[in-house]
Amino acid sequence: MTAAPANDIEFRSVTKRYGSVTAVSDINLAVPKGAFVALLGPSGCGKTTCLRMIGGFEQPSEGTVLIDGREMNGVPPYRRPVNMVFQHYALFPHFDVEQNVAYGLKQARPKLAAAEISARAREALEMVRLGGFEKRRIHEMSGGQQQRVALARAIVNKPSVLLLDEPLAALDKKLRTAMQIELQTLQRELGITFVLVTHDQEEALSMSDMVCVMNAGRIVQMARPREIYDRPADLFVADFVGKTNRIAATVEADGSTLRLSNGMALAANAKAGLKPGAATVALRPEAIDLVRQSGGGGSELAGTVTHRIFLGSTAEYQINVDGLGDFLVTADRRSVQESDLVEPGERVVLTFDPGKVHVFPA
Amino acid sequence: MRALVTFVYLFLYAPIALVVLFSFNAGRSASEFTGFSTMWYGKALGNTFLITALQNSLMIAFTSAVLAAVFGTMAALGMQRLSARGRAIFDGLFAAAIVIPGVVIGIATLVALVEVFSFLNPALASIWPGDKPPQLGLGYGSIIAAHGLFSLALVTMIVKARIASLGRDIVEASSDLYATPFTTFRQIVLPQILPSVLAGFLLAFTFSFDDFIVAFFVAGSKTTLPIYVFASIRRGVTPEINAIATMVLVASLLMILIARVLMRDKTTKAHAGE
Repeated sequence: MTAAPANDIEFRSVTKRYGSVTAVSDINLAVPKGAFVALLGPSGCGKTTCLRMIGGFEQPSEGTVLIDGREMNGVPPYRRPVNMVFQHYALFPHFDVEQNVAYGLKQARPKLAAAEISARAREALEMVRLGGFEKRRIHEMSGGQQQRVALARAIVNKPSVLLLDEPLAALDKKLRTAMQIELQTLQRELGITFVLVTHDQEEALSMSDMVCVMNAGRIVQMARPREIYDRPADLFVADFVGKTNRIAATVEADGSTLRLSNGMALAANAKAGLKPGAATVALRPEAIDLVRQSGGGGSELAGTVTHRIFLGSTAEYQINVDGLGDFLVTADRRSVQESDLVEPGERVVLTFDPGKVHVFPA
Repeated sequence: MRALVTFVYLFLYAPIALVVLFSFNAGRSASEFTGFSTMWYGKALGNTFLITALQNSLMIAFTSAVLAAVFGTMAALGMQRLSARGRAIFDGLFAAAIVIPGVVIGIATLVALVEVFSFLNPALASIWPGDKPPQLGLGYGSIIAAHGLFSLALVTMIVKARIASLGRDIVEASSDLYATPFTTFRQIVLPQILPSVLAGFLLAFTFSFDDFIVAFFVAGSKTTLPIYVFASIRRGVTPEINAIATMVLVASLLMILIARVLMRDKTTKAHAGE
């Protein structure tokens, strides 16, 4: 007996072309059993194509997709042990809620007993908190309810992998947050692998335990959410996941001194192993402290507040830094000295820990 | 402006109203109303030539509409798989088939059929084992073929519009839920497009039942109801003709009404298929 494969899904050098357009380019990916993985990227980055290749709606032009250790090339969707929650739910309008949920079970051969199908459909509806809605028509349900029917229709089949294609995109913000929590809970209860496609970085970071950032048909970085945010692999990830201030800079010949374009020198992290030459420094808005008076320390930048976006407990400031241009700074209201809010037009000083900057070759 | 519109409608519908009115005339005249009677309806229904023509028309209309509904639906489904360009070409061809005048279709079909028969009949005779090889000729078959082809374009256009509004994702969802392509067609696609297929069938039926021009060209020695009416008019318009016309009118209007209701039907309502 061979050991069960550790990965539910594996991409081996997968490329997908449409005519002359390459949608997915030589991707290698392994999704461990029971993981919640998010494929994150801007539209057109190939994330949906990857999902559709797992579902069987597209076939790779090159390479292999494996599900549960089995090669899936050429296997149609109806023979794959995965189920998908479609972006626009794709519920069957001529069936009621229970008929929709029972649809997958009814296809099982040998046939399942009608009583079992009904019981399992009801159980799945209970899981998504739709007990009592069995006989409702689809068009009588709200968007959020339809979303949960789609979810129940997929999980009722106990697939080894659940695919979610931008499942929350059509919901309003409050409902979306509630569903994010529900999806996470559901994934833990079921213990099955979830693969989520999203362009919403917040959604990816908050729900998944592994984020796979994609750009232009390639995987740029695959890591835990925290690592993606704290240690972006390149400028694209730094920009796409969260907000970032970019500063043009030069790495000096010693490989450890950074000179910003306004002439200021920073001591770069020695272990970074920087190559001398042009570079871009990325700095998160919340890594910057805003003070009114210079403390006389090393890494300080002076500037004028141009805009303030009040967000309740925090505020976002746009600050024109002398010689460097516009910066975005997120400040907790309590952390700004003297008064909790700085007014546009005020002169301020920005301080930051040089260890928190990320340096990328330009 | 209002008066103009009134006149237009008057010109359109007054003759039809007169036909209906005089079908109930007690006298023989088609210009002088002498009293109410349904005797002409009785007379029309007792006319064996008329009843034969009616039976022919019903049989032809039903057969050609069934063929058009089946093959038109298949064509509409098949066209989904074409490239955008191929689809545009077929769209154009189908639309053209609908707007081509009946006279042209009639002549073209006649010429084509005669050519085919003159090629097939000797060929058939040469391979036929018995003494009396069958002779292919104009008749029911040729009317059904001509009507069926025209109606096929009609059905295809109607069903295609419905398929376009269906969206690919419910087909994919069905496939994702382990349904084979055939099950997906039977459980998901067919129930959704069925109203439009029926609407297409009814319009095809109405077209064939009412058609005179195309049938006149390809009927050979056979008589359909419109051909019978045309032939008897040469002996003068009698209230009997009016009675026939009124019955055809009512039947056609009913069919078209049902077809329209079916086409309006949205997926969200009705048709719980299982």
